[in-house]
Amino acid sequence: MNQLGFPILTLMMAIPMAGAIACLFVNDKSARSIALIATLIDLALGIVLWATFDKIQGAQWQFTEYAPIFGRFAWALGIDGIALMLIMLTVFLMPICIGASWVAINKRVGEYMAAFLLMEVLMIGVFSAQDIFLFYVMFEAGLIPMYLIIGIWGGAERIYASYKFFLYTLLGSVLMLIAMMWMVQEAGSTSIPVLMAYDFAPQAQTWLWLAFFASFAVKMPMWPVHTWLPDAHVQAPTAGSVILAGVLLKMGGYGFLRFSLPMFPEASAQFAPLIFGLSMVAVVYTSLVALVQSDMKKLIAYSSVAHMAIVTVGLFAFNQQGIEGAIMVMLGHGLVASALFLCVGVIYDRLHTREISRYGGLSINMPKYAVLFLFFTMAAVGLPGTSNFVGEFLALMGVYEASSWVAIVCTTGIILGAAYMLYLYRRVCYGEIVHDDVRAMPDLSGREMWLLAPIAAAVLWMGVYPESFIAPMRADVASLVARVDRAKPVGDAKLTAGKPAAAAEGHAAETHETPAEAH
Amino acid sequence: MIDSASLLMVAPELVLTVGALVLLMVAAYAGDRMAKVVSWMSIATLVAAGLTLLGLPGHGGDAFEGLYRADAFAAYAKVLIYAAAAASIVVAPRFFAPTAANASGALRAEYPILILLACIGMGMMVSAGDMMTLYVGLELNSLAAYVLASFMRQDTRSAEAGLKYFVLGALASGILLYGISLLYGFSGSTSFDGIAVAMGDKLSNGLLFGMVFVLAGLAFKISAVPFHMWTPDVYEGAPTPVTTFFASAPKVAAMGLTVRVAIEALGPGGMAWQQIVIFVALASILFGGVAAIGQTNIKRLLAYSSINNVGFALIGLAAGTPAGVAATMSYMTIYVVMTIGSFFCIIQMRDRDGNPIETIASLAGLSQSRKGLAAALAIFMFSLAGIPPLFGFWAKFLVFDAAVGAGLLGLAAFGIAASVIGAFYYLKIIKTMYFDEPAAEYATGTPIIENTVIALCAAVIVFGYLLNPVLDSASAAAAAALF
Repeated sequence: MNQLGFPILTLMMAIPMAGAIACLFVNDKSARSIALIATLIDLALGIVLWATFDKIQGAQWQFTEYAPIFGRFAWALGIDGIALMLIMLTVFLMPICIGASWVAINKRVGEYMAAFLLMEVLMIGVFSAQDIFLFYVMFEAGLIPMYLIIGIWGGAERIYASYKFFLYTLLGSVLMLIAMMWMVQEAGSTSIPVLMAYDFAPQAQTWLWLAFFASFAVKMPMWPVHTWLPDAHVQAPTAGSVILAGVLLKMGGYGFLRFSLPMFPEASAQFAPLIFGLSMVAVVYTSLVALVQSDMKKLIAYSSVAHMAIVTVGLFAFNQQGIEGAIMVMLGHGLVASALFLCVGVIYDRLHTREISRYGGLSINMPKYAVLFLFFTMAAVGLPGTSNFVGEFLALMGVYEASSWVAIVCTTGIILGAAYMLYLYRRVCYGEIVHDDVRAMPDLSGREMWLLAPIAAAVLWMGVYPESFIAPMRADVASLVARVDRAKPVGDAKLTAGKPAAAAEGHAAETHETPAEAH
Repeated sequence: MIDSASLLMVAPELVLTVGALVLLMVAAYAGDRMAKVVSWMSIATLVAAGLTLLGLPGHGGDAFEGLYRADAFAAYAKVLIYAAAAASIVVAPRFFAPTAANASGALRAEYPILILLACIGMGMMVSAGDMMTLYVGLELNSLAAYVLASFMRQDTRSAEAGLKYFVLGALASGILLYGISLLYGFSGSTSFDGIAVAMGDKLSNGLLFGMVFVLAGLAFKISAVPFHMWTPDVYEGAPTPVTTFFASAPKVAAMGLTVRVAIEALGPGGMAWQQIVIFVALASILFGGVAAIGQTNIKRLLAYSSINNVGFALIGLAAGTPAGVAATMSYMTIYVVMTIGSFFCIIQMRDRDGNPIETIASLAGLSQSRKGLAAALAIFMFSLAGIPPLFGFWAKFLVFDAAVGAGLLGLAAFGIAASVIGAFYYLKIIKTMYFDEPAAEYATGTPIIENTVIALCAAVIVFGYLLNPVLDSASAAAAAALF
């Protein structure tokens, strides 16, 4: 079966599912505990998964399970390194989401926890599905709990936001289903690995690519179909924003990686200029929009759109650095955006407003908070030593090889990012305290420290030693690059190998000792 | 000449006829006191008729020299019809029970008997092998349905529903008969096989017109756009158990009939009827979705929802392949489960005096006062909207898969995009139940049978994918009988 001898992926979905059902029938206090325990068990299982994942000589697809119980499609699960990293992100963020809702949510707690646990089941399902229809079911089913989370526990405009979120993403996704049906009838298999190796006719690829693009571009979200995101983020409860920014947005990028690129290499090359164009607009435009926001959550939401644009340009760079960088941005942004939403949640819980102008001078009375917020602000800017630097650097380096102009325009996003993030930080934390209610705000509680500190540690780890995260997916990215190589557009960089001087004896030996450092 | 094999093949109809007549005598002499007993006996009769399908009536072939077909397709449809009819009988007693406002109210013993009579007609419809059997079956069903629609005589809405249904139904029957006469005149036969031979020979204008009129008449019976106008009024006016019945069993029968006529009789006409079906399907999906948005009465809303759903079921027929027919039958199966579940939930909507309420606004905050009921209705609504992992998604999946398989990519893409419109109004109900502040509470009570049916339907909708292998093989066998 797999290297563990038990179906670990099914177990990772069964535990939150059981927890979700249990949460519906118990009182508030027990529901919180059940949810926390279930997500922590999943985190432990995730660590087991990572520890046993054979990244050196293992098969591409590991921990596979197959049960043909649904007639036309099967319960087929399995992960590669990319899926492993995204599952790790999910199980890492879930206990933090539960913790963030511990006191903020005090009505209908059982249903709330059940909705979050169901989200976890579906997110793990999306990343581990090996059957294309199972993937679709998991991908779409996520709309139901998220709709309820925004609609029941959201802010004042929650109903508009929940509708917009639901209908926007549904409309984006349905055409993908038709494309999937056509592909399955053409290739005669519902298995994703089989479809990834199947060569569709280039004319068909164009249409199929567009159908998938409609879905993933909305989910990602790419400019100009990003408008649901600021509404959904602003209205969702803190934990809802965390899961939305942390994991749900990554489903779009995962979709491009798993479907668009390997299944339609020619069409991907054909449409790469479209992706680059939309992404360039997104980086500059949404960064400028972020600069003028007066609502903290909206500002971070727009910054998410800008970061996701870096992901898309990296993915369509058609080279190892670009794709690895894109995945690293996905992981890094998942952590940093989540942490920033938590930071907003911390002060929102105290003052019940997200207006930036209502705050100011927090570094005076909330020093611990100010330090952590500064750290995550710097990470969002992409300071070396934090997670986002690694990803953004790699992605931009990859895309520079494909197109200098795209790289230049997208790099301005980093500068603009620094502008709006530092401007936000200045307005919230620096200056004098002008409002008395702000002066009365207490610093981080123990619970809040426990939410933010693990993310800070992970952000540092990813920034200082990214190898831990890149190593499991290196082989998978390499095989993806090999798959799309035949369609790779000619870049404008025209890289040529340098002529290194003959190395000294000792230096050569040293290089041989650390082959893992080389790409 | 009547041979004994033919008589054996019509066993389901014979059982129902004898059962209905005997129970009618019981009702006539014992009166409404015996209504409950008659109800249970009617359900037993339906079960008995269903059991006969295991024998010759399920796979016997042609009876009465081709007038009647006892094949897997008919058996599949009949199982659905009988199950839906039984559910409509089960739900009735509590609805008609005396209330503060209507102390004299009680379930009348004729109610289950009329449903049995309608079932005989529906059985004939899905088994018809000849235009004459088709028409007799259709009218037998319709006559019982007209009476059922106006079953609450004192209620003006119910009487109005019955009258509207009758007038428009008679018009549709006329259109259908006119079409049949044209087909007969130009093909020289009323049997499906005879018409098919003439159609395959050369599609004359007379045959074409006949086909258009026949399809128009049938479109009325399945309430497809542009022959849907009666549906919202009849659904709203008829007593809710009767609406439950209208939305389930006759829909299956009429859809089965339409499929059989399209494939067996008009099959060689090929593209000619396919175009009509494609238009009707897309028009129903669009109109059913858009018109439902403004509704405030939940029964009216479900009427538009049924128009919408018929459009999706017709997409399977438009494909015209065995897979398409199987998809249409699977669609109807899942649709019946969702519809019965939804209507059983709606019947629970009563104020403290026991009077039925039908406004969507009264559902506000139901998730806080009646958690289980709200969850069940939410499951049915998400399922009707076609959101996975609920079973309603699979129904849509099958018909669109069949359309893609038949090369109708444009139809599939347009239809599935239009399904998003439908999602909007289903979401509205969920929003009312889950997001809004609680309104006045409903009367409480522990109707064990109703709750069991709701729980059963919800379980099928949630865990339905595990039934896929069974559903696939049954619907494939049913479809194979037509080709």
